[in-house]
Amino acid sequence: MTEILATIRIALRALARNKLRSGLTMLGIIIGVGAVIAMVALGQGAQEQVQQQIAALGSNMLFVMSGNMNRGGVRLGMGNTQNLVAADEEAIVRECPAVAMAAPGSGSGVQVVFGNDNWGTQATGTEPQYFDIRDWPMAEGVSFTNEDVQLAANVVVIGETVRKNLFGATDPLGQTVRINNLPFKVVGVLTAKGQSGAMGNDQDDAMFIPITTLQKKVTGQNWLRFISVSAKSKNETYAAQQQIEALLRDRHKLRGGKDDDFTVRNLADVAEVADQTGRVMTLLLASIASVSLLVGGIGIMNIMLVSVTERTREIGIRLAIGATEDDVQRQFLIEAVTLSIIGGAIGIIVGLLVSYLIPQVLGWAASVSMMALVIAVVFSFAVGVFFGYYPARKAARLNPIEALRYE
Amino acid sequence: MGNTVISMVEPVTHSGSTDSVIRAEDVHKYYELGDSRVHALRGVSMEITRGEFVAVMGSSGSGKSTFMNILGCLDQPSSGRYFLEGIDVSTLEKKQLAAIRNQKIGFVFQGFNLLARTTALENAELPAFYARVSQEERLRRAKTALQMVGLGDRMDHFPSQLSGGQQQRVAIARALVNRPSILLADEPTGNLDSRTSVEVMEIFQKLNEEQGLTIVLVTHEHDIAQFCKRAVVFRDGTIRKDDLISNRSIAADVLKTMPVLED
Repeated sequence: MTEILATIRIALRALARNKLRSGLTMLGIIIGVGAVIAMVALGQGAQEQVQQQIAALGSNMLFVMSGNMNRGGVRLGMGNTQNLVAADEEAIVRECPAVAMAAPGSGSGVQVVFGNDNWGTQATGTEPQYFDIRDWPMAEGVSFTNEDVQLAANVVVIGETVRKNLFGATDPLGQTVRINNLPFKVVGVLTAKGQSGAMGNDQDDAMFIPITTLQKKVTGQNWLRFISVSAKSKNETYAAQQQIEALLRDRHKLRGGKDDDFTVRNLADVAEVADQTGRVMTLLLASIASVSLLVGGIGIMNIMLVSVTERTREIGIRLAIGATEDDVQRQFLIEAVTLSIIGGAIGIIVGLLVSYLIPQVLGWAASVSMMALVIAVVFSFAVGVFFGYYPARKAARLNPIEALRYE
Repeated sequence: MGNTVISMVEPVTHSGSTDSVIRAEDVHKYYELGDSRVHALRGVSMEITRGEFVAVMGSSGSGKSTFMNILGCLDQPSSGRYFLEGIDVSTLEKKQLAAIRNQKIGFVFQGFNLLARTTALENAELPAFYARVSQEERLRRAKTALQMVGLGDRMDHFPSQLSGGQQQRVAIARALVNRPSILLADEPTGNLDSRTSVEVMEIFQKLNEEQGLTIVLVTHEHDIAQFCKRAVVFRDGTIRKDDLISNRSIAADVLKTMPVLED
C-alpha cells in the first residue's frame, strides 16, 4: 500500500514536471466527463418533467374513446363513431368493480363571445366528476353540479387560457358569455395545468359545460366521444381496463374475433411510452458525449507514448538498478490513471456547474443523478487504464541496455 | 519480494574457490544484424574472487562492453555459463535477473545516470525502493551511503545543483545502497577532469580496502587502471591479457601531488 502511495507520488511529480502538457491532456477528460454528466442531467431532467406532466393529467386515469385505431388497417377514426353512449358510462360505474368514478365527454369547437372579445376554443360537455377524475381543482368559483346536468343548465367552467383571453383583468365569475349565441353563466375558473406532456397542446385552452346542455343545445348529438374513468387505485388501472373492455364488448355485442369499436387508453401506458422516449434520448445524449471522453482517452495515450519516448533513459536507469517490468509498467499505468482520475474529478465539477447553469440560462430542466457521477468516476478510471496500458507496456518492454544508451 | 525470487534459485556450489564472486565459462555472444552475424564475444572464461579490484580494458569493439553487460545481468550469453556467487545466471528469467541486478550488483555509469529533478537522497534510495525495503530503512541506508561518499551535506540537492564529481558520488552511493556483492563501473571517470577522476578512484579504493567490496571497472585510460589490482585486456572478443598490476597507484597519495584548480 505504501508502495502504491509512493508510486502515486512519483506519478504526480512526473506530471507536475510538464504542467501545461498534463493540463491540456486532462482537458480532454474534463470535457468528456463534464459533457457526459451535463448531457445525462439534461436527458433525465426532461424525462422527469414529462413524468410530472403526465402525473398532472390525473392519477389512476383511463380514457375510453369511441372508434378504434387499428395500426395495420385503415380505421383511424378514433372519436368519430357513434356507438359510445351515456348508458355505457353508467354501466361502467355500475358494473366494473375496479372503477371508482366515470364521466362522459363530448366536445365541439365553439366561438365564445364576451363583450367585444371573442375566442375560439373547445367546449367539452361532461359531468362534475370529470374534474375529480382529472384531479383538476377550481381556482375560483365552483364546478357546475349534477343538478345543472339534469336541468341542462347554461353554466360554464372556463380554463385559464380562456379566462386570460376573454376577461383579462375583469372578474369572470357571474359574467355571461355567449357560446354559439346562447348565453352561459361563468360559475368557475380552473387552475392552470400547462401544456400536456404527451400531446403538447394547451390544456388550459378549454371550457366545460354540462353534457346534457352540449348534446341538447349545442351539437344536437346524443353519442359520446370519450368516457373518463378513474380506477380505485393505481394498481387497479389495468384491472379496470380489462373490465371495461369486456363490458363494452358485451354491450356492443362484439362476438369472437370482431374488432373493438372503442379504445381504452391507460395513462400508465402513455407514461411508459414517454418514459422510454426519454430514456432513449438520455442514452443518445450520453453516447454523443462519450465520444469526447473517448477522444480524451486517446489524448492520454498519445501523451503517455511521447512521455515514454522522452524518458527512455530514466526507464533504462530504473531497469538497470533492479526495477522489474511490472514495476515500470505499474509506474506508467498509475501516471495515466492519475491523469484521467484528476481530469475526471475536475470534469465532475464542470459537469455539475453546467447542469446547474443550464436551467438558469436556457430554462431547460436538468437533474444530476448520483448514478451518473459514479459512472463518470468509473469511466475515467477505465479510460486511464485502457489508454495507459499500451504505453506502459511499451515502457516496461524496453531493453535496458539500449534505453541507457538512448540520447 | 526480490529476496524470494533469489531464494527460488538454488546456488550451485562450483568446484574451486568458495569465494568466487564471478565465474564465466566459455562465454560467447553473437548478434544478428540483418543477414550478418556479429560475434562480440568468442569464448571468454574468467574468475573474479571476493575483494578483487579489476580493470577491464580494450578498444571499442573489443567486446568489453558486451562482457560488462553480461556481468551486470543486463544481457545474457548466447552460449557458455555465467555464475554470480554460485548462481547460474545464464538460465534465469527476466524477473529474476531484475532481482539479481537489484540485490547483488551496483552500477556506476560514465554519464552518472541520475534521475533529473530528484534529490541526491531520493536517487540514492531508489534501488532500495525496488527491493521493497521499508521507507525508514531506505532513508537510513541512503543517508549512510551518501555520508560514506562524502555527500552528507548535499542530500537535498538536485543533480543539476551538483558538480560532475558530486553526481558520480551520488551514483556510487546509489550503487551501494542494497549492499551488493559486486560493483560494476563503466568508465566512471570518462566525463570527469583528472583531479575529480582521482577523487572518485580514491572512493573506490577506500570501498575496496575498508569494506572488501569487489569492483570491476571498465576504462581505457592506463593511469586509471593503475589504481586497480588486476587488469584484463579484451581484444576481438577474447581476453588478450590478464595481469596483476605492479606499481599500483594510491589515490590518496596522488591527490596530495595534484594542484587544486581554481577557476
